[in-house]
Amino acid sequence: MTETTKITREHILDLLENVKDPEVPVISVRELGVLRDVEVNGDQVLVTITPTYTGCPAMDMMREDILAELHKAGIADVEVKQVLAPAWTTDWISEVGKAKLKAYGIAPPEKTADIRALKGEAPVVECPQCGSKDTGMLSAFGSTACKALWKCNACLEPFDQFKCL
Amino acid sequence: MIIGPNAMTDKEALFTYCLRRGDDNLILSHRLGEWCGHGPQLEEDIALANRALDLIGQARNYLQYAGTVEGKGRTEDDLAYLRDERHFVNVKLVELPNADYAHTMARNFLFDAWHLPLQQALTKSADAQLAAIAAKAVKEISYQLKTSGEWMIRFGDGTEESHRRAQTALDDLWTYTGELFVTDEVDAVLVKAGIVPEMAPIKAAFDATVGRVLAEATLKRPADGFMMSGGRQGKHSEHLGFMLAEMQYLQRAYPGAKW
Repeated sequence: MTETTKITREHILDLLENVKDPEVPVISVRELGVLRDVEVNGDQVLVTITPTYTGCPAMDMMREDILAELHKAGIADVEVKQVLAPAWTTDWISEVGKAKLKAYGIAPPEKTADIRALKGEAPVVECPQCGSKDTGMLSAFGSTACKALWKCNACLEPFDQFKCL
Repeated sequence: MIIGPNAMTDKEALFTYCLRRGDDNLILSHRLGEWCGHGPQLEEDIALANRALDLIGQARNYLQYAGTVEGKGRTEDDLAYLRDERHFVNVKLVELPNADYAHTMARNFLFDAWHLPLQQALTKSADAQLAAIAAKAVKEISYQLKTSGEWMIRFGDGTEESHRRAQTALDDLWTYTGELFVTDEVDAVLVKAGIVPEMAPIKAAFDATVGRVLAEATLKRPADGFMMSGGRQGKHSEHLGFMLAEMQYLQRAYPGAKW
């Protein structure tokens, strides 16, 4: 091929579907809402990401993975920029992303605008294993910064819940 | 406050302000990290490590920004690992060695009760980066204050032994809370520029939270008396030097080491 293929934004977005959260390898950075923007200017690509939790160690890895994925596709001139504002919220996790979390065994977060949250009530969390709503929180913190530890009173299995943020 | 050619510029004040916020988070984070593998139960062990991670993240944001504001090319790692004790400007509250779990939770609670209203006010900062850092931090700190407050209630309104330990912890820590509200020229310069908030409303919010939680916990708020200070000027307790010796060892022994 003598002619260079033109890089398009859609092509980059498709490629970035392959970049998963290293801690939850079923959900992509796009589905997670970490990927905020892609700008293409000729051969230059600028990818903008935002951290989930401020201290999440997976962020550095996601940046590396984004670079690696695009380099692998022959796109050399890539910059990954991290922005803090607007602050990430679990509302940005796509519906597809939430379904994938559930299938992976992690209860997805409720909406921040949930009426229960407004009233300061505990959320009703469905067990991702058996679907029962008879569940309880074991610990407000879990295996990663974004999760809490719950257990199901019906099937007696413990499970992670993606905290609503 | 110095008026005239020696007056502190906004930039100098902002640099010091970012260091203070970063150091509070970094040092408390290190103390919480020391619990890793020693928590009273597995869930709490994990909880403290998670909390430490949130604090590290906030510390990184502040130290990165401090380096940018200073403009001398120092990175967050340079500021964390290559400053001496006298150049750390955290409050003494966060450097005190860990004691029992009530002490750790009481310290977290007192810190959170001050930290949340401060960061909420900082979301309205005229400095866009400070406002952005605060907007993220507020979400995490709200969750932390809820947890530390619930533990104070559980300890205070629990058994005779847990009540005694929680009250002892509060009594021991109280003289370290005054420093959280002390302001100096750094704050004055930045308040005037609309970059940081006045401290009086933060103190009022702290008093309200402490009053509400301690009442439910059946614990007594210790009387205000002598208050420790000096941390913001780099005059620390004997404990900080030992902590830094451990925290900074690798970068001091093997400068620039990476993994």
